[in-house]
Amino acid sequence: MQKAIINLETLTCPSCIQKIENALKGMNGIEKDSVEVLFNSSKVKANFDAEALTMESIEKAIEDLGYPVIKSKARAI
Amino acid sequence: MQRYLLSKKNQITLISAILIVLGFFGRFVLENITLFNWSLIVASILGIAPIAIQAYQALKVKVVSIDVLVTIAVVGAVLIKNYEESAIVTFLFLFGAYLEQRTLNQTRSAIKELTDMAPETAMKQMEDGEFEEVDVFDVDEGDILLVRTGSSVPVDGTVLSGEGHVNEASVTGESVPVGKKEGGEVFAGTILENGTIQVQADRVGEDTTFGRIIELVEDAQDSKSEAERFIDRFSKYYTPAILGIAIIIWLFTQNTEMAITALVLGCPGALVIGVPVSNVSGIGNGARNNVLLKGSEVINDFSRVDTIVFDKTGTLTVGNPEVADKQFYGENIDEALGYLASVERESDHPLAQAVLDDIGETTVSTVEATEVVKGEGVVATVNGHHIAVGNAALMERKNVTLNEQAKQDINQYEKNGNSLVLTAVDGELKILMGIRDKIRPGVKEELQNLKNLGAKNLIVLSGDNQGTVDAVANEIGLTEAHGHMLPEDKSDYIKKLQAEGQIVAFVGDGINDSPSLALADIGIAMGSGTDVAIETSDVVLMQSDFNHLAHALGLTKAISRNMKQNIAIAIGVVIVLFSGLFFSDWMNMSIGMLAHEGSILVVILNGIRLLRYRLRNQHA
Repeated sequence: MQKAIINLETLTCPSCIQKIENALKGMNGIEKDSVEVLFNSSKVKANFDAEALTMESIEKAIEDLGYPVIKSKARAI
Repeated sequence: MQRYLLSKKNQITLISAILIVLGFFGRFVLENITLFNWSLIVASILGIAPIAIQAYQALKVKVVSIDVLVTIAVVGAVLIKNYEESAIVTFLFLFGAYLEQRTLNQTRSAIKELTDMAPETAMKQMEDGEFEEVDVFDVDEGDILLVRTGSSVPVDGTVLSGEGHVNEASVTGESVPVGKKEGGEVFAGTILENGTIQVQADRVGEDTTFGRIIELVEDAQDSKSEAERFIDRFSKYYTPAILGIAIIIWLFTQNTEMAITALVLGCPGALVIGVPVSNVSGIGNGARNNVLLKGSEVINDFSRVDTIVFDKTGTLTVGNPEVADKQFYGENIDEALGYLASVERESDHPLAQAVLDDIGETTVSTVEATEVVKGEGVVATVNGHHIAVGNAALMERKNVTLNEQAKQDINQYEKNGNSLVLTAVDGELKILMGIRDKIRPGVKEELQNLKNLGAKNLIVLSGDNQGTVDAVANEIGLTEAHGHMLPEDKSDYIKKLQAEGQIVAFVGDGINDSPSLALADIGIAMGSGTDVAIETSDVVLMQSDFNHLAHALGLTKAISRNMKQNIAIAIGVVIVLFSGLFFSDWMNMSIGMLAHEGSILVVILNGIRLLRYRLRNQHA
């Protein structure tokens, strides 16, 4: 498992959090319990299986919901 | 297409505004109703597109978001041909979201300033010996890095070669550049102001001192209080509930306009955003002022503190004690000083170094049969002589007779605020040393500020003798002073205060203080303390900055007030709007959206005030 840490340009509402959380939890390869969407620091953290998913696909899922990702600060550890 | 439309929200907002202005120009100036209607229809369709996409995306992941409410309301308004409402509502919603985004980023600016100081790249020596720029996450411990003038040091490490001056303000708070050369220690996030150095990485990424500071601040701002968790749970059900209420209104009244207006009025934005915004701004203010508040629960508890307990050495004092007075009794003093130095050389007690510094060079001997008497001192055998080094209680325990002169001296030394070190050789008192530590600059004024903020009881607990702590307490204006306290006595005392109903903060530098820091309602660690103390504490005065303690207390009170104001604004606006809907004829969707977006901006702007919070009546 790898940990994705993704900074978003901004989060403006708690329903944004629910949307991103639900979307990521529904993706194959993401460890559901590890998904954290942090309103105050506009950050998404999640553990993912690098063989089933790429960082880019996680970023794309978030951007499809309307939340731009700060690419230079996204990383997998 | 979806992503394109979402990425062009700002441009769509601007075009909507132009179309709305054109429509009203057509109606009132050109008296052209067709232009009016079509401008507003196009503005509505264009404006609702990104909102509807977000609503669709939300529903796809089973969330009834505010976008869903607005989309239904706007579609409803178009269907009943109220184009004016549909266009204005979509525009206000989009424009409001834009302003929210801008202002929310302001509340997060203080934290962003901190994280932006973290280095992103490093010049790493590759296998061929050349240096290449790499992402800082690709640097490992042991790597050799090149740092040039003006660059930020990417790791905590040791200088291998080169020389330069480093500005360490981001880590130590000291902005005067520090000279570094081979063997010197450098920290991530500091700036090399001149010169070129090669550094071997000792700690990288989140393990560096700066990385840990950032992590602590980010964790603090993301932690949630019980109240916030409640609001989060509440908001999950609130939006669907508003949808239900709108359906009920429509079923009972068949009034579509009233039903869709209820959808807009019920948007929960200000309520759910108010408390986090206060927290983020407040914690950001703290970070700028060297105060780390570890989350909103801490803010709430700290704001209610009425008793603050201080450790003395290293907290109220600078922690660098020196021998201030000394007295010798009888003969063979040089020999006694040698015995004292021999015993103190083996001790790690804070006063031992002060004694050794004062004695200077002397003949030392082998120490045998050392026995430490907790809270009193040490007894040992040196060159066959029985040596006792410690306080007056130890002398009494060892049956050392103190003559009248010695008793008077001891009294006087205590009154002067000295910690006492007495030395007896074979049961006879030979040396009395009075050791004093300097009070931290500005402590007296800071304590007065704490009193002004409502901290009624300011208490010092110390292992020192009562006379010394009394002298310190009198000098700086504490309300109580208790000496002869072992670490467990301090914890017991805190429990006693809590049992009396007081809300207690404990301020310490961490050495032996961790139990008290953990036990107090609020544990406040001085930043130069141990890692354990910083982990177990609730508030960290970074860079040992005692002079921001009152700022921290005042700030938590301001944050608490700010949160309450924001909750009151949010609830007040919803109550007024719904009263307007049911009991007046002036309420419509546009007014509802304006009030909704307005209230969100008001709570954000109210929160931003905390970024500029400064303690009033602060002493210089």
